[in-house]
Amino acid sequence: MNPILFYLFSILMLGFGIAVVANRNPVASAMSLVVSFFCLAALYVGLDAYFLASIQVVVYAGAVMVLFLFIIMLLDLKAEQRRKFNKLAIGGGALVALAFAAQLVGVLGSHPRGDKPFPELKLPVGESLNDLQHVGETLFSLHTLPFQVIGVLILVATIGVIVISKRELK
Amino acid sequence: MTLTLNHYLLVSGLLFSIGFAGVLLRRNIIIIFMCLELMLNAANLSLVAFSRFNVGADGLPNFNAQVLTFFIITVAAAEVAVGLAIIVALYRARQTTHVEDITTLKF
Repeated sequence: MNPILFYLFSILMLGFGIAVVANRNPVASAMSLVVSFFCLAALYVGLDAYFLASIQVVVYAGAVMVLFLFIIMLLDLKAEQRRKFNKLAIGGGALVALAFAAQLVGVLGSHPRGDKPFPELKLPVGESLNDLQHVGETLFSLHTLPFQVIGVLILVATIGVIVISKRELK
Repeated sequence: MTLTLNHYLLVSGLLFSIGFAGVLLRRNIIIIFMCLELMLNAANLSLVAFSRFNVGADGLPNFNAQVLTFFIITVAAAEVAVGLAIIVALYRARQTTHVEDITTLKF
């Protein structure tokens, strides 16, 4: 990936990630989250994961965000916005996150194995990476059982949502 | 100036710490939920970076990591559906999405 594009999308992604946390208005937070996920999809494209980039846009920026906005509109959150921030919580949260980030920089600074450029892909001449085919082959040969378990999980989630959303919980 | 694995791991870790800070300092359940999504996506980014970094003998990325990312996205989508249903049920019972008003389980 072009380093300029990497820095552009990383900074955009992190900036809108901060906007998710910093915005008072939940709708603005959700919109910032959409932009952040789009930039993450761009980073996936830079890592030659085209299938995951498209899944990211469809599932996260599409389905999940529509669900979030739907719930935000459904609940009346006007009163929530007027609340004051708890200073102790802000200080503590920022401190823990900064400590985590500092620790991370320290660990990555002493990690020479990761300090190498990405190796080139070896592809047949004139062909581009067909990653959808390879992901599908891996998914349906090596990971068939987890795939079926995921199907059951989604079924359970669907039934669970219906049960939770019923009017009277007994 | 070439990009290394550490660049991606740093960005992923920073995204994770932003989500972590959001979970700790925001009091609105819906925002906390969005920050959880940020943290899941940070983990996904590091997995995809490792996938591209570990090019196998056939000259292709390690697709096992991408399949794992696919599973994480699927589980996260199911989790969002269930979590938002719980938030709606909670709002119906208590008329609030503010975690400080929900203290029944507090020790």
